[in-house]
Amino acid sequence: MCAKKMTYRDALKEAISEAMRNDSRVFLMGEDVARYGGTYAVTKGLAKEFGEDRIRDTPLSESAFTGAGIGAALGGMRPIVEIMTVNFSLLALDQIINNAATIRHMSGGQFRIPLVIRMATGSGKQLAAQHSHSLEVMYAHVPGLKVICPATVEDARGMLQAALDDPNPVIMFEHVSLYNMSDEIEDNTKVDLKSAKIRRSGEDITLITFGGSLHKTLQAAEELAAQNIDCEVLDLRSLRPLDHDAILASIRKTHRAVVIEEGWRSFGVAAEIMALVMEKAFYELDAPIARACGVEVPIPYAKHLEDASVPQVPDIVAKVQEVLNSDV
Amino acid sequence: MSKDTLEKFSQEKCLKLFYEMLRIRRFEEKSAELYSAGKIRGFLHLYNGEEAIAVGVMEMLRDEDSFIGTYREHGHALARGVSMKSIMAEMYGKVEGCSRGRGGSMHLYDKEKKFYGGNAIVGGHLPLAVGLGLADKMQNRDVVTACFFGDGAVAEGEFHESLNLAALWKLPVLFVCENNFYAMGTQISREESQVDLCAKASSYNVKSVAVDGMDILSVMEETQKAIDYITKNESPYFLEFQTYRFRAHSMFDAELYRDKKEVEEWKKKGPIVRFKKLLEEQKWLDEAKIKEMEKKIATEIQASIEFAENGHWEPISHLTKDVYCEEM
Ligand SMILES: Cc1ncc(C[n+]2csc(CCOP(=O)(O)OP(=O)(O)O)c2C)c(N)n1
Ligand SMILES: [Mg+2]
Repeated sequence: MCAKKMTYRDALKEAISEAMRNDSRVFLMGEDVARYGGTYAVTKGLAKEFGEDRIRDTPLSESAFTGAGIGAALGGMRPIVEIMTVNFSLLALDQIINNAATIRHMSGGQFRIPLVIRMATGSGKQLAAQHSHSLEVMYAHVPGLKVICPATVEDARGMLQAALDDPNPVIMFEHVSLYNMSDEIEDNTKVDLKSAKIRRSGEDITLITFGGSLHKTLQAAEELAAQNIDCEVLDLRSLRPLDHDAILASIRKTHRAVVIEEGWRSFGVAAEIMALVMEKAFYELDAPIARACGVEVPIPYAKHLEDASVPQVPDIVAKVQEVLNSDV
Repeated sequence: MSKDTLEKFSQEKCLKLFYEMLRIRRFEEKSAELYSAGKIRGFLHLYNGEEAIAVGVMEMLRDEDSFIGTYREHGHALARGVSMKSIMAEMYGKVEGCSRGRGGSMHLYDKEKKFYGGNAIVGGHLPLAVGLGLADKMQNRDVVTACFFGDGAVAEGEFHESLNLAALWKLPVLFVCENNFYAMGTQISREESQVDLCAKASSYNVKSVAVDGMDILSVMEETQKAIDYITKNESPYFLEFQTYRFRAHSMFDAELYRDKKEVEEWKKKGPIVRFKKLLEEQKWLDEAKIKEMEKKIATEIQASIEFAENGHWEPISHLTKDVYCEEM
């Protein structure tokens, strides 16, 4: 095996171009993906190799081109739809929730929709309240969709490959802070769309997170290690399906947990995980589970306010200390 | 742009219009500098090249008329009389900003000036303009709402739904399309099956006219006709101003999709150089007057920077302020 250093962005590009070379049904469409090279430059150069038929610029028409992706999937293609950012995907919500997520079921299992919808998500670039939100949970709420949030370079490639092999509609979230991250990855790594992964093994407490918050959480775990607190960090990777076994196994090991996410606190991913543990592993807990989540405010522009509106490393550290101090 | 039209206006008025366009140009240039210096962050979209539209339309609107725009709205705000200081402070993220630092460059607001904001979801504010018009009609107010948007917005469903609704309900809305022939990196011919935008508006029975948006005198004349028509007929109106943006889409754009020569050609037809030439021929403007204007503008910009620099960061304890109205 041979290892290569690449960015998260390049890992996505590699998965896309590989799939396009191997399968003529695969094509990609979205705003400014061809001539402009993609808002986050993921598709830069691909139109040269594959032509503008298969790297297809669309007008500003999120509802129509996302719906067209669903239709093309019904018609036997394997489309990748790129939506610039999750806030704009709201224009396509009807297509995704009323069509992509339902047709398989409404037709009594006759049709399949092998579609991948990729979009950027998250805050950190001072883009204010119409460009910065983390709405993953809205999609994770919906049966019929798969929702993945690769947080590493290896997962960016591997999960996109797996999504392209999947016969169901897969929504893939790429946190804006990750595109420039680089890492060395092996050739031919395989990733599935259902397994969470332990990113750091520990004994004292489990930190459960995904996407852009993974790296802040790992950093918090480092700082806590210096205080002799041994954190286990579990990267969910997929929100739907959610890897119950991995979550419960880690809880059974550490008996404490903090869930970290950028999305708003109420009705969020953390709330779901807390409910799951309540149902399945209540007696394993040595302390109530805590959550570090987005503050319930549309993300503000000013840097200090934006930073304060999503969990940062010190917030995670403080939450862990709080849980450890509240042992029953 | 001709001498005949010029003579319909006084020298004083023409110099004021010229001054306003120059003021916006210099403000935008300084904003770009401040962006590079890291003082302004997030997305920054500049209005260079399109000044005649904001200045001309605002000149014709009455104080009681409302307006709403896009993320490329500094020029409109300035031309309407929103204080430069409060705009600059907003882009710095300071609490003295016109949106208290919550919005940034893309989300300027000013209730007193009846400015319903910079909106960053393309097409998302057209329905709001319809609603503002509806409120005016239902409350028997004899005013107009001007709604500014780009050529890219015309591809969104919200454009079509809004024009239909405004025409159906006979609402006093002035739709102002700033057609600069590009939506980010996508040229209009690659975005629209019908590039005659007036044909689209006409299909909804909205009276429509295409105008040279680089000619401030035509902008004003056609805007006046539109306002008269709206008032007389209780019906919406569509103005397509053809223009060009001289700079990149935003500060992140490498402009790979257009030829430098094309940009240079348009610059020769720019609203400021053309008006300057006409005014000089008329002997209404000379180098000494321009110098004086430049000095006055530079002083105002400098004062706005000092105001922003001396402004305050809103305390983080206020983070969730203004998510809801205070209890009455
Ligand atoms: C619904 C939505 N989709 C995509 C974007 C990203 N985006 C911002 S501006 C823009 C181009 C808009 O072009 P146009 O309407 O012509 O206005 P211009 O920037 O030329 O003034 C795009 C694609 C967005 N803000 N909103
Ligand atoms: Mg445009």
